[in-house]
Amino acid sequence: MTAISFQSVSKAYPSPKSSKSNASGGTFLALDGVSLDIQEGEFFGLLGPNGAGKTTMISVLAGLTRATSGKVSVLGHDVQSDFAAARRSLGVVPQELVFDPFFNVRELLRIQSGYFGIKNNGAWIDELLESLGLSDKANANMRQLSGGMKRRVLVAQALVHKPPVIVLDEPTAGVDVELRQTLWQFIAKLNREGHTVLLTTHYLEEAEALCGRIAMLKTGRIVALDKTSDLLKAASSNVLRFKLDAELPKELADKARITGRIVQFPANDALEIERYLAAVREAGLVAHDIEIRKADLEDVFLDVMAQNKGSVHGVGAAV
Amino acid sequence: MTGWQTLLYKESLRFWKVAFQTIAGPVLTAMLYLLIFGHALENHVKVYDKIGYTAFLVPGLAMMSLLQNAFANSSSSLIMSKVMGNLVFLLLTPLSYVHWFVAYVGAAVLRGLVVGLGVFAVSVFFTPLSLEAPLWIVLFAVMGAALMGTLGLIAGLWAEKFDQLAAFQNFVIMPMTFLSGVFYSIHSLPPFWQSVSSFNPFFYMIDGFRYGFFGVSDVSPWLSFAVVGSTLALVSLIALQLLRTGYKIRS
Repeated sequence: MTAISFQSVSKAYPSPKSSKSNASGGTFLALDGVSLDIQEGEFFGLLGPNGAGKTTMISVLAGLTRATSGKVSVLGHDVQSDFAAARRSLGVVPQELVFDPFFNVRELLRIQSGYFGIKNNGAWIDELLESLGLSDKANANMRQLSGGMKRRVLVAQALVHKPPVIVLDEPTAGVDVELRQTLWQFIAKLNREGHTVLLTTHYLEEAEALCGRIAMLKTGRIVALDKTSDLLKAASSNVLRFKLDAELPKELADKARITGRIVQFPANDALEIERYLAAVREAGLVAHDIEIRKADLEDVFLDVMAQNKGSVHGVGAAV
Repeated sequence: MTGWQTLLYKESLRFWKVAFQTIAGPVLTAMLYLLIFGHALENHVKVYDKIGYTAFLVPGLAMMSLLQNAFANSSSSLIMSKVMGNLVFLLLTPLSYVHWFVAYVGAAVLRGLVVGLGVFAVSVFFTPLSLEAPLWIVLFAVMGAALMGTLGLIAGLWAEKFDQLAAFQNFVIMPMTFLSGVFYSIHSLPPFWQSVSSFNPFFYMIDGFRYGFFGVSDVSPWLSFAVVGSTLALVSLIALQLLRTGYKIRS
């Protein structure tokens, strides 16, 4: 069965620019005809740069925002006409670190269970607290918790009603390594037990390690959708990586991915690798720590985004 | 507990946890009014025959505190959840708009009644009170609190910042409560202000409420009942409509 279904979903917001200068009422298309089916049991990644529409997709799915057109359903329940069943099936970890300052952790989880009509949820709440390393914080007020601890509570809150479909909107933003590992172990376990997981993240190595399938979103459109392994296969197979203490000449820099001192070139064979190294030498530069590695999801992502550079659309278009 | 009962419980627990501020504070304020105005005016003002000014003041002050706190409960809870962002946890639940309405207004009524009772408990030390028609007392207390809880719900949905809510409270709610006959009978006003007062729904809430204590009032309790009841129905319809369409909470 389809766990999450988007059918030609668009979401238009009034364009902020047009509010005064353009009286005709321009709109900004946050989502532009997105269609996507995620099957039960999948671990699915939704990637894209900031402003691509990932959070809008999740908001529409969760009923926080209404789509301008198209249909969205969770396990066959339409998120608007059958919202109660859809929301019972869905657990959403919001991106923002929000909390209710009046209550302690256990109270919050009990209250959240109650909203779903669940009584005597103590055993599951204890298990959640245990799995997320929150047991000793159960009676702490939300205000006393660190950012990482608050993030764990957000995850627990999303899971109190044992939702078959779990949505995580950048759950590891600003989170330390330990929590990331705890969290992914726990989410992977839930996935093995049959929960469907939809994840958005900017940490592409996480997506590569966890997600069976990935969609890449750009300016409200899906620009790539495939199994993670197939996406990786399609990318250039190798990457030449080295460190440099000086600046690359422009014609070389245009082909490279530069992160601080690290320079990377996509290279398919030994000849290409030699050519790049020669070019660096000719420019009078010395490359350190040279290595050749397999292309990863980040390379694929940058490729896909670069290919779709010309596709900025929807901004200010009168509808 | 079912979903809406949980929300009602949570909204009640919210004010109960800070009861010093949400209950004791307003009761103290009402007591100060009673002390000062009662002391200054007891021997100078006679509103109804046989009723001392302090006794006249108690139901009005109790009702005023009840109304203001019912409004404060739903409005401040909503604006805080909106500003802090934690309203999302509620938006993600299967609760319907009717559930929201019942829970937010229910908790507002509860806080209003608790504060109103608190004012009475304190007033016992100042003056004896008669209870001529207790059913009217309960009826107006509950309807008044529901009306103000609903108004608070609307204001909380509408306001995006705390100062907008404060403006609503200072420029609409406060003048209407103060000019509603808490401190005087509207028969003591010049004809023009009497007719202005007759358009203030707060006047009917307080007048009908006071009738329950003394068996006398400025207008018939049935008229007050009709005005308060229809105002409550009107604001409830507006609030339900706003919640149904997700006004300012679901884009």
